Amino acid sequence: MADAAPPSKSRDLDKLLLRPGNLVGPSFEPGVQLRDDLQEYAKVLVVGAGGLGCELLKDLALSGFKNLEVIDMDRIEVTNLNRQFLFRLEDVGKPKAEVAAKRVMERVSGVNIVPHFCRIEDKDIEFYSDFNIIALGLDSIEARSYINAVACSFLEYDSDDNPREETMKPMVDGGTEGFKGHARVIVPGVTPCFECTIWLFPPQVKFPLCTLAETPRNAAHCIEYAHLIKWDEVHSGKAFDPDNPDHMKWVYDEAVKRAELFGIQGVTYSLTQGVVKNIIPAIASTNAIISAACALETLKIASGCSKTLSNYLTYNGVEGLHTKVTEFVKDKDCLVCGPGVLVELDTTVTLQKFIDMLEEHPKLLMSKASITYRGKNLYMQAPPVLEEMTRSNLSLPLYDLMDKVPKDILHVTGTINKDNKKSSGLRKLRVIFKGIDGVTDMDMAGGA
Amino acid sequence: MIKLFKVKEKQREIAENANGKAPVKKQSAGELRLHKDISELNLPKTCSISFPNGKDDLMNFEVTIRPDEGYYLGGTFLFSFQVSPIYPHEAPKVKCKTKVYHPNIDLEGNVCLNILREDWKPVLNINTIIYGLFHLFTQPNYEDPLNHDAAAVLRDNPKLFESNVRRAMAGGYVGQTFFTRCM
Ligand SMILES: [Zn+2]
Repeated sequence: MADAAPPSKSRDLDKLLLRPGNLVGPSFEPGVQLRDDLQEYAKVLVVGAGGLGCELLKDLALSGFKNLEVIDMDRIEVTNLNRQFLFRLEDVGKPKAEVAAKRVMERVSGVNIVPHFCRIEDKDIEFYSDFNIIALGLDSIEARSYINAVACSFLEYDSDDNPREETMKPMVDGGTEGFKGHARVIVPGVTPCFECTIWLFPPQVKFPLCTLAETPRNAAHCIEYAHLIKWDEVHSGKAFDPDNPDHMKWVYDEAVKRAELFGIQGVTYSLTQGVVKNIIPAIASTNAIISAACALETLKIASGCSKTLSNYLTYNGVEGLHTKVTEFVKDKDCLVCGPGVLVELDTTVTLQKFIDMLEEHPKLLMSKASITYRGKNLYMQAPPVLEEMTRSNLSLPLYDLMDKVPKDILHVTGTINKDNKKSSGLRKLRVIFKGIDGVTDMDMAGGA
Repeated sequence: MIKLFKVKEKQREIAENANGKAPVKKQSAGELRLHKDISELNLPKTCSISFPNGKDDLMNFEVTIRPDEGYYLGGTFLFSFQVSPIYPHEAPKVKCKTKVYHPNIDLEGNVCLNILREDWKPVLNINTIIYGLFHLFTQPNYEDPLNHDAAAVLRDNPKLFESNVRRAMAGGYVGQTFFTRCM
């Protein structure tokens, strides 16, 4: 019985975890065991220790998670202090991940947080494989796309193209821009991944260079002129570094001169930083709202105590308040999370023979295929310079070209001839070589 | 999913260090889309492409344009392309490596071509950009100036513009600016 549970300091959490209910997730088994397992076995990685990351760490620690790690490459700046509440003035210059981890551990007893002060690309795949859930508090599309590819690379499909649950690495992603924000749940193979719906992120507004050079009309134009045109003119060859305060100051000073010349108001140092680094002003309370949603989804995924958000929540606090949840659908041909087309081959099949086979394969019907394998271009139909460089591969066995791995992912580009219509296509293939020891099951999916 | 996590943790403890799977190089979605763009390139005879880092680095490449008509006939112009991992969400960064007297290209190699910045769309591709660059040489326009002086001369005195272009391409001064030979 739930009442028999020993007293817990997380009294409110126990109400969720120890009692059965009608609105719970499919595999929910309430009880003390669940609460203890959650503390012992659930390992969550928080990516980013900025505005959202600080909130996420605090929320997850207070939600009963005991094993947390946080990764962030940035150091604390004075301008962070208004919203990244774990940091103090004396922390300026220190790594965000380290200070954030320390502060939360000081405040929440029993939680262990391991900080990683480095780039997300510096960690190998084994590092990410260790976590059960990855929570993202990021402000860049590149970083989201990278983590998404990593998480999806663990996903495997069975021979019927069904994703295998034990290979799913769920992600919870939050993002804010001023009064707006989103929170989403990505379960690779089940819900759309970041790449399936990358169009949700509007491309950054880019001003025409000639406008910047000739007819600036606002402060941002003056800043971008100094940043994109004047910098190169003066520092030939030296790359602009947005994290170098001297560089930023130089751009600011030039932007001020430019603004004076054209009688434009409003160039400030912080606007310069904002325009150059493409930062939209962050608001602490929006971060708190979005992070709270993300932390709860993380708890729901791990415990099953309630159904998860399905699958994309938008919050808009501009002029009143509007919030809604949209259920986006997967792109079945997604190169990152999709199953790809299963192809079984003998180890003797040459690349040329393989390319010919793609033309006949009922699920592909692809002619003039170019083949790429883990960053190696095995054969390119065009341009002539690459065709020439890759032509000698055609007579080699594909098995050898794929470093003799029994099963792996390939990508092919070519002309798809379907229903007498030709279109160009890019497809993911799951290649399995027959008769190789260790392959008992046709179940490889892998990532991009 | 906690039961699953528990099972996995137990398995991991057993299998610790058992599988020494080599770290694999990942291809970003941007790299794959670029692979498609490159393998479908269909360039005019006046344009060629090269890959300074070899056949496996498509993200950095160079395009050479040799205009077959107009003011720039006979010149050879080299452009560098840098493609981001989130291509085609973001346009490639393109610079002109050949110093050129051109209204829409400045002396640092910045290029004013709408599809490289404000009008970029993910449905566009590398082929479209190369054609766009090619057209800058057959149809330079003074309405989108990056080189203010060159644009003014093209607008007010096309004959002088033509002779300035010839002088720059042959290697020499136009006003205070020296151009190396590119013919
Ligand atoms: Zn996807």
